[in-house]
Amino acid sequence: MNVNELAMRAPTIELRDVVKVYGSGPAGVRALDRVSLAVAPGEFVAISGPSASGKSTLLHLAGGLDGPTSGTVAVGGEDLAHLRPAELARVRRRQVGYVFQRYNLVASLTAVENVMLPLEFGGMPTRQARDAAVAAIERVGISRPFDRFPDDLSGGERQRVAIARAIAGDRDAILADEPTGALDTITGDLVIELLAELAAAGTSVVLVTHEPRFATWADRVVFMRDGRIVDESVPAAPPSPPEASVEAVPS
Amino acid sequence: MYGYQLRSEFEAYTGGAWPLNIGQVYTTLERLERDGLVAITRPGGGDGGDRPVAAAGSGGREHKYYAITRAGRDALRDWFEATAGDEPPPRDELLSKVLLALAGGREHALAVVTRQRTALTAALQARRRALRSTSTSPGNGAAALAPTLVADALVSRAEADLRWLDLCEARLAQLSPPAGNGATRSDDQGEP
Repeated sequence: MNVNELAMRAPTIELRDVVKVYGSGPAGVRALDRVSLAVAPGEFVAISGPSASGKSTLLHLAGGLDGPTSGTVAVGGEDLAHLRPAELARVRRRQVGYVFQRYNLVASLTAVENVMLPLEFGGMPTRQARDAAVAAIERVGISRPFDRFPDDLSGGERQRVAIARAIAGDRDAILADEPTGALDTITGDLVIELLAELAAAGTSVVLVTHEPRFATWADRVVFMRDGRIVDESVPAAPPSPPEASVEAVPS
Repeated sequence: MYGYQLRSEFEAYTGGAWPLNIGQVYTTLERLERDGLVAITRPGGGDGGDRPVAAAGSGGREHKYYAITRAGRDALRDWFEATAGDEPPPRDELLSKVLLALAGGREHALAVVTRQRTALTAALQARRRALRSTSTSPGNGAAALAPTLVADALVSRAEADLRWLDLCEARLAQLSPPAGNGATRSDDQGEP
C-alpha cells in the first residue's frame, strides 16, 4: 500500500511518547525510551533490532499485554489506560491477534479447535466460532482436513494455523514476534508472504524480527537500539531496475 | 556448436545475468582452440578460418563449429571440482566506509552503519515489491531455475551485508558511550 495513503487513515495502533521501565530506582531498566509509532490500517511494519533493543517490549505494549510506565498506547483509537479490565480483555481477544516463534498450539486439540479456542473464550457461540475458524484456516492456505492435530502438521503448517488463530474473527491487527524463528528460509518466506497478503487485505501487521530478509516485505522497517527508534526505512523509489540495483545502492 | 549458439545457451543457463559480447565469445573460442581445449569440427565459410561475421549479417556464410576435446572435459571437471580458497577480504566499499568511520568514534560509526543499513533495506524492500508484483511461474527443469537463482544470489548477498551491519551495530553499541553524551541513559550511567 502507498505510504501516503497509509498516512491518511486513523492508526490501528498508536504509541505516543511511550516509556517502559522494568524494576524501579537505580536498578530499573529502561526498555523503551520515548517511543512513538503509529500503524495504519493495512500497514505492514517490521521492527528490527538487536536483543534487548526493546522490540518485544514494544509489541507487548502495542497488544495491551503490558502497560507503559508513561505515555499512551491506543488500539482502534481507544487509550488502553482508560479501559476497564473487561474491555481490555476484549481488545486483546477480539481486536488484536498474536503470533509467536513457538506456535503455542494445544497438542490435544485439532487445528480447527486451536483456532476456535480464543474465539470461544471471547464469548463467541461454538457454531459461529467453528465457521470463523474454518474461514481463517482456508485463508492461510492450509489444506484439508482441518481436524489434524499439531503433531501431524509440518512446522510451516503449524505456524499457518497459529496465524489463522491470530486472524480468526476479523482482528484489526496481527502482532508477530519472530514467527519465522523455527522455520527454514523457503517456509519462512511463505509465512511472511502470508502476513503481507493479510496486510494488503486491510489487517495491520507488526512483525518483530532480527532477520533482515523477512523485514524487507514490510511497508516500513523500524530500527530500534537501546529502547529507541533510531531510523525507519520505506521502499526506495523509484522501484529498482531488475538487474544490479541491489549492488548499486549502498555505495 | 558455433559461437552465436554458445552465447545464446550461456545466457539462457545463467538467467541473463552476464550478457556476452559476441566478439569476446569468438576470441575465447580461438584461445581455447589454440590451447587444445576445443577443436574445430567444421570450418566456417569465407576466407581461411577467419571468424564468421555475426549470424544476422552472415548472408549464407557457414558457421564455424566447435566441439569440446578430451583435455577440455578434464579442464571443465577440474573447474567444477575446485572450491574457492581462503582469499583476502575483497576490497569492498561498504566495508571501507565502516572501517574508516571508526576513526570518527562510536557515535559517528553508529550513524554511518545506521544510514547504510537503512539505504540497503530500502533497496531490498523495493526489490521485494517488484518481485511480488511480477509473480513468475517457474518453468520445468533445472535450467528454468536460473533467473530465480540469480535473483536469490543478489538478494542473499545484500542480506549478508545487512546482517554484517547489524553485527557492527551490536559491537559498536557495546562500547561504552562517551561520558556527558546527551544520549546516555540515567539507569546505566552514573554522574560524570
